[in-house]
Amino acid sequence: MSEEEKDTTNSEKSPAVFERVKEQFQDGVLDLSEEFDELSIVAHKDFVYGILEFLKNDAELSYDFLVDVTAVDYSQMEDVLTKYDYARFMVVYHLYSYKTGHRLRVKAPVHEKELSVRTVTSLWKGAAWLEREAYDMFGITFENHPDLRRILMPDDFEGYPLCKDYPLRGRGERETFDFERQNA
Amino acid sequence: MGLENRSDDNIITTTVDKVINWGRKNSLWPMPFGTACCAIEMMATLASKYDLSRFGAEAIRFSPRQSDLLIVSGRISLKMMPVLKKIYDQMPEPKWVISMGACASCGGVFDTYTLIQGVDQFLPVDMYIPGCPPRPEDLIDAVLQIQRQIDAGEFPKGTIPDANSVSVAG
Ligand code: SF4
Repeated sequence: MSEEEKDTTNSEKSPAVFERVKEQFQDGVLDLSEEFDELSIVAHKDFVYGILEFLKNDAELSYDFLVDVTAVDYSQMEDVLTKYDYARFMVVYHLYSYKTGHRLRVKAPVHEKELSVRTVTSLWKGAAWLEREAYDMFGITFENHPDLRRILMPDDFEGYPLCKDYPLRGRGERETFDFERQNA
Repeated sequence: MGLENRSDDNIITTTVDKVINWGRKNSLWPMPFGTACCAIEMMATLASKYDLSRFGAEAIRFSPRQSDLLIVSGRISLKMMPVLKKIYDQMPEPKWVISMGACASCGGVFDTYTLIQGVDQFLPVDMYIPGCPPRPEDLIDAVLQIQRQIDAGEFPKGTIPDANSVSVAG
């Protein structure tokens, strides 16, 4: 399909994705929404791998490109918290289909006490670094990830700076440096 | 001194320090540490339009062991600071440091957990350049100021006075 033929607005096809996903994963889907011409699926974290796998491999939908994996800390947004059983974080996957030109967002609420999701590196190798970033910034672990280390912050950094309870100016780490230890 | 009176006009006397400092000031070898937008201005300063080579400082070396002027131009993050420090430590003495731009000097607008709020917390900075980014003229001015300091026989901030008086080799 050439570039011009691609239907880049989601509106036409939107129900199709939602129908298919809902049909396949009835209980796993918590919410389907279309806002600002953007499609979002909120799914239970145990189902999210299956949903992503389905979205990727389905010949018709073919969401074959993983644009981003990130997370959001909703600890200060009461309405979202109440809606999803006080799950503090959401892991967010952004997908794109080269075939149809459609975009899709898949979100999975995760509770603070079991802060882990199954890795999608087996579906997209490129997810490895994206998941490392989510781990680095939010402390979310990805099960079976091949190399889950911090990616942006120094290895010995303590805390997860994009969490809302992390002070913007840090906890004094930018003023104190132990160069002896760093070079050892 | 009496020596000049006894010889022809083509002989002048001076001190070894003066000659060395004259040589040093006119051939500063910068080590560029460009981590952000300020580095673009630094490149402009070195390129043909502003031409830092007019002041003898065009021999950019990416090896700290061959340079004596560290130009920190850009934001320095928590993770970059040990690298910068290591580079500074590798430079042979005497060495000078220019902190170019608001970010290197005080963190600039990036008052966040990850950004060093001024490299002078960890390095002895000889010259600060204000601006975001500073114009190439400002960088040239900083180099000239350092040349003036060298000419006046001042030590760079980072020298341990005793070590310096023994000699460079000591
Ligand atoms: S001072 Fe301004 S121009 Fe220079 S690195 Fe900072 S933001 Fe960029």
